[in-house]
Amino acid sequence: MNPNTSGEIDNKKIITRLLFAVVAMFGFGFALVPLYDVFCDITGINGKTGDQITLSETMKVDTSREIKVEFVASLNAEMPWEFRPVQKSVRVHPGEPTRIDYVAINKTDNRIIGQAVPSVAPGLAAQYFQKTECFCFTEQILEAKEQKIMPVIFVVDPGISEDINEITLSYTFFIKPGSEVISENVQEPPKTHYNN
Amino acid sequence: MSAVIEAHDHHDHKPTGIGRWLFSTNHKDIGTMYLWFSFIMFFIGGAMALVIRAELFQPGLQFVEPEFFNQMTTLHGLIMVFGVIMPGFVGLANWMVPMMIGAPDMALPRMNNWSFWLLPGAFGILIASLVMSMMGMGSAPNFGWTFYAPLSTTYGPDSTDYFIFSVHMMGLSSIMGAINIIATIMNLRAPGMTYMKMPIFVWTWFITAYLLIAVMPVLAGVVTMMLTDRNFGTSFFDAAGGGDPVLFQHIFWFFGHPEVYIMILPAFGVISQIVPTFARKKIFGYSSMVYATASIAFLSFIVWAHHMFTTGMPVEAELFFMYATMLIAIPTGVKVFNWVSTMWRGSMTFETPMLFAIAFIFLFTIGGFTGLMMCITPADFQYHDTYFIVAHFHYVLATGAAFSIMAAVYFWLPKWTGNMYDETLGKIHFWLTTISANVLFFPMHFVGLAGMPRRIPDYSLQFAEFNQMASVGAFIFGFSQLIFLYVVIKCIRGGEKATEQVWEGADGLEWTLPSPPPFHSFTTPPQVK
Repeated sequence: MNPNTSGEIDNKKIITRLLFAVVAMFGFGFALVPLYDVFCDITGINGKTGDQITLSETMKVDTSREIKVEFVASLNAEMPWEFRPVQKSVRVHPGEPTRIDYVAINKTDNRIIGQAVPSVAPGLAAQYFQKTECFCFTEQILEAKEQKIMPVIFVVDPGISEDINEITLSYTFFIKPGSEVISENVQEPPKTHYNN
Repeated sequence: MSAVIEAHDHHDHKPTGIGRWLFSTNHKDIGTMYLWFSFIMFFIGGAMALVIRAELFQPGLQFVEPEFFNQMTTLHGLIMVFGVIMPGFVGLANWMVPMMIGAPDMALPRMNNWSFWLLPGAFGILIASLVMSMMGMGSAPNFGWTFYAPLSTTYGPDSTDYFIFSVHMMGLSSIMGAINIIATIMNLRAPGMTYMKMPIFVWTWFITAYLLIAVMPVLAGVVTMMLTDRNFGTSFFDAAGGGDPVLFQHIFWFFGHPEVYIMILPAFGVISQIVPTFARKKIFGYSSMVYATASIAFLSFIVWAHHMFTTGMPVEAELFFMYATMLIAIPTGVKVFNWVSTMWRGSMTFETPMLFAIAFIFLFTIGGFTGLMMCITPADFQYHDTYFIVAHFHYVLATGAAFSIMAAVYFWLPKWTGNMYDETLGKIHFWLTTISANVLFFPMHFVGLAGMPRRIPDYSLQFAEFNQMASVGAFIFGFSQLIFLYVVIKCIRGGEKATEQVWEGADGLEWTLPSPPPFHSFTTPPQVK
């Protein structure tokens, strides 16, 4: 390079490269969003449970140990439903499919669409906690004053660490933005928060 | 070479009036504007700090409402980081990089103008939100300078959108500044000025500019995600739509950790210019300084999650980030030892720039040590979000980065203005600043270890004495800076004439120019042997 003589041309090359780097890094920031999900998926951290599975493979039931699974229900601040698990906890053998129920009541006069987001604690148990049926896979629609029993069928993978004897499954119900269909008698939805 | 310079002295025409500044493409004028901008912001951000310290003088609520207190901590942080330290260093780069490498100006002078003039707009918007808040219209940003979601998305005040736009503008300004500095250093070095002959200040800025290019777009990305989450129905950080608030922290700190090195690498450069000058020796371990700077820059990209140890990361990740963070102590230690070795058996004198440089080395190292304490994951669970953290980053940013800017101003002011500053006042400023800074920040370690949380306007009774000490220190520190302002103005208006070399031990191309340097310098490149 001979500085000071071909400055103009060199500048263009450098600017192009650096601008490319800027755009690439801007994209990288957004690429972190799926990368983060993939990373959490692979490692099973963050308490995110996997998608629906089918119990095609014959999972061996490990009757030698028992795991206590507790159920938690909570509502996002704007969600006017009542929401709770029917039973607070169950004891299961790893590999044994189990059905439990949650119940949701729409006490308002409006039709509301909700979406439940599951979370499993401890985080390391998340990848061993598999659901064959869950109300969290789809949006739930409750008409005014409707009550709905919502089942979850799950199985704890026998490969789960020996150290984990208790798992907590928690759901938070969110109101789908803009979903509230207000019927004739417009009124404030009652602010009943029912946790557990 | 001096014959060449004198020849140019005579037709040294500069534009006049306001247009000289508005339309400036001159690196010296733009550098001056950056430095004054930084100085003004320093007083604004400092005034906010004094509101915080006044409120914290006693337990209970005295002067401000908690809501306003939160706006103070937020804007103090944002202004000091983006409005004082970063523009301060860019100003120094504008002034010094072309003169140090024998270039006539920056490589992209018109873009240089734009980089600067975006800043008053950006901070105008940010400060306008505070003015509106004081007039009772909504709230200014109140979620801390780290603007964690969902505090800044779901629960952010309306002014958050102003804040987002302002951050976009700051990012644009920094990116353009960085491109300019890289192009200047790569293309405009004088014949014979090879990379390994560049002054360390140029080297540190070269590496810093790459850091800016790499992470400012990520910051722009994260505020864009906030913008769409707030206004366009996306759910990057909103669990209701399948997003994740912890993701925000990962992206933010992927920007945020290199950012802290953006604020300290140029400081290392400044100190590496000053210490050899006043020790009258060449810098010890030039190439190790360069490699250490590059290693710090590299490591800065793989340590971000040490800000997030308490978010419930798996232990393997905690161990990785803990060890990676500890590694940074090695290149940083190399630098500190090199500065000490440069001083070893030098014929040292202690003019104000050297005093600030030595204070920097000592106090920055204290901040570095508390950093090492915090990188130990289990210990960090105690320190997290306490005043210990506040003490740590003020030791590295206030007595670190800000001290280095003050050192740089005293060091180069005679070159810029052609007049010597008032050494007595400079020394008074130094001692008041250094003593009060320690009275201010040192007790924060103790209240932090005892459990006082940061960003809270009230505290338990047992923290009262140390907080009173800190507040007294804060007011002395704040008002001492008026001396600095006076010294700078007095020096600009006149004083003992400075020679070309200014300091007896000064070495480098910038010291071959007259003081003050002509408006256009090195129009014919000097030959570096």
